Amino acid sequence: MAGAIDFSPDDKYNAFLTTCKSAPHGSGKLAGIAVAVKDNISTRGIETTCASKILKGYIPPYDAHVVGLLKDAGAAIAGKTNMDEFGMGTTTENSGFGPTLNPRDTSRVPGGSSGGSAAAVAAGMVRMALGSDTGGSIRCPAAFCGIVGLKPSYGRVSRYGLIAYSNSLEQIGPLGKNVTDVSTLMGVIAGHDRHDSTSQDKPYNHTPNGDIKGLKVGIPQEYFGKGVDPQVASVVKKAIGRLEELGATTVPCSIPSMEYALAAYYVTCTCEASSNLARFDGVRYGPATDTKKSWHDAFQEVRRAAFGTEVRRRIMLGTFALSSGYYGKYYAKAQVSRENVRADFNRIFRDVDVIAGPTMPTIAFRLKEKTDPLSMYLADILTVPANLAGIPSISVPCGKSEGMPVGLQIMGRMFADERVVNVAYAYEQAVS
Amino acid sequence: MVTEKDVQHIAELADVGISPEELGTFTHQFNAILEYFDILDRVEGSGNAERDLYNVLREDEVEPSLSQDDVLKNAPFREDGFIKAPRVM
Repeated sequence: MAGAIDFSPDDKYNAFLTTCKSAPHGSGKLAGIAVAVKDNISTRGIETTCASKILKGYIPPYDAHVVGLLKDAGAAIAGKTNMDEFGMGTTTENSGFGPTLNPRDTSRVPGGSSGGSAAAVAAGMVRMALGSDTGGSIRCPAAFCGIVGLKPSYGRVSRYGLIAYSNSLEQIGPLGKNVTDVSTLMGVIAGHDRHDSTSQDKPYNHTPNGDIKGLKVGIPQEYFGKGVDPQVASVVKKAIGRLEELGATTVPCSIPSMEYALAAYYVTCTCEASSNLARFDGVRYGPATDTKKSWHDAFQEVRRAAFGTEVRRRIMLGTFALSSGYYGKYYAKAQVSRENVRADFNRIFRDVDVIAGPTMPTIAFRLKEKTDPLSMYLADILTVPANLAGIPSISVPCGKSEGMPVGLQIMGRMFADERVVNVAYAYEQAVS
Repeated sequence: MVTEKDVQHIAELADVGISPEELGTFTHQFNAILEYFDILDRVEGSGNAERDLYNVLREDEVEPSLSQDDVLKNAPFREDGFIKAPRVM
């Protein structure tokens, strides 16, 4: 039955940038279910800012493909969630409108960049939410907030209407309290869209199945090595032990290309960002530029005032890496490294069905704990390989360290999203 | 190593502007990040790996689209159905 829901939550975590007081919904699979949408996904008639002052007041004239699908399924768009500006960050502290707090411990970050979506689900404000994942932006906040988040295979979910940051890496994906909700939401948003030239005709019609007898699980040594908190590693190892009790066998493996993966990731995403974010000039949308000034003066003025520091840093890094004389040193080498990551995964997946390890090397940071950009980038080391390779990856809660949630990450073969969902479901059912 | 002058130049190329107070911090952070990126120097080869990639093209067909009103709605300055921009010359 169509109708509307009244959505006015007590948002003490600053999870939302916009809430829809009266959110209309239709009938269908998600009839009347409140779904939160990350603020970099276009919603017709609802302000969409990417948590950036440069898009303050921007009202998209059209819906992203996934938002249309949500509405067709009867969902109520409850609001737009906070994020790191344009998706650039690992904590949601880079929002132009203040950080989101972790509902599990408000002195800590919820992770990022889809921190608002994860916090809204973890706090029970909505049952499910959409996020986007460029280098871990769904899985990281899912792990830090103790919920489930899926980064789909590249191409399974349309990016039409997702405000681009790094096109070749990012995917929209579902977050939810449990694997079943995540799987249901994935079923709604996956499928072909002719408005996205990288979209694949691979709909997702799947009901999670927890039978993993005989499953071969690869355990990469790099996911338990240097830089990974030993307590986090031990919680995840225990969780993998549960998978073995359920009939899975583990196989040690190695991803040697991981040594270069983080650099390859940051070169690629900053290069793509420097080009993508050129469109924000305050002319077609956003704060007004001074039309009396010259082109460059007017743009520099508005972009310096309205972009946050991290966004300007990444645009500049990308501009530098693509500038004459440096292309071969940075971008070209990053693409070779990306191929090597893909080749490593292909090799490992000849012998195993999925790869498991921690989602994040640590538990959620304290607010303002990470101030140096490079040390913040290093926190993404375990999530970026899946984006470089395009493969599906899910994070499912698997216990606690120092009272904070830890995420078990399960990566699968290209387009084997159903399998990573099954493994996460098997684990979830075994421990619940 | 990049210098403050390089960073100033990049900020101008990227149209993001930079203040004299920011220049030192940005330069310092850039050098730390670029030093980390130098690990890529050890990667062999130059790309062009054989990949199963192809272009997805379609005929350009005229279809119903957004109205002019909808398209202009977010522009801060409009005039006679056009968007007003800073001068180029």
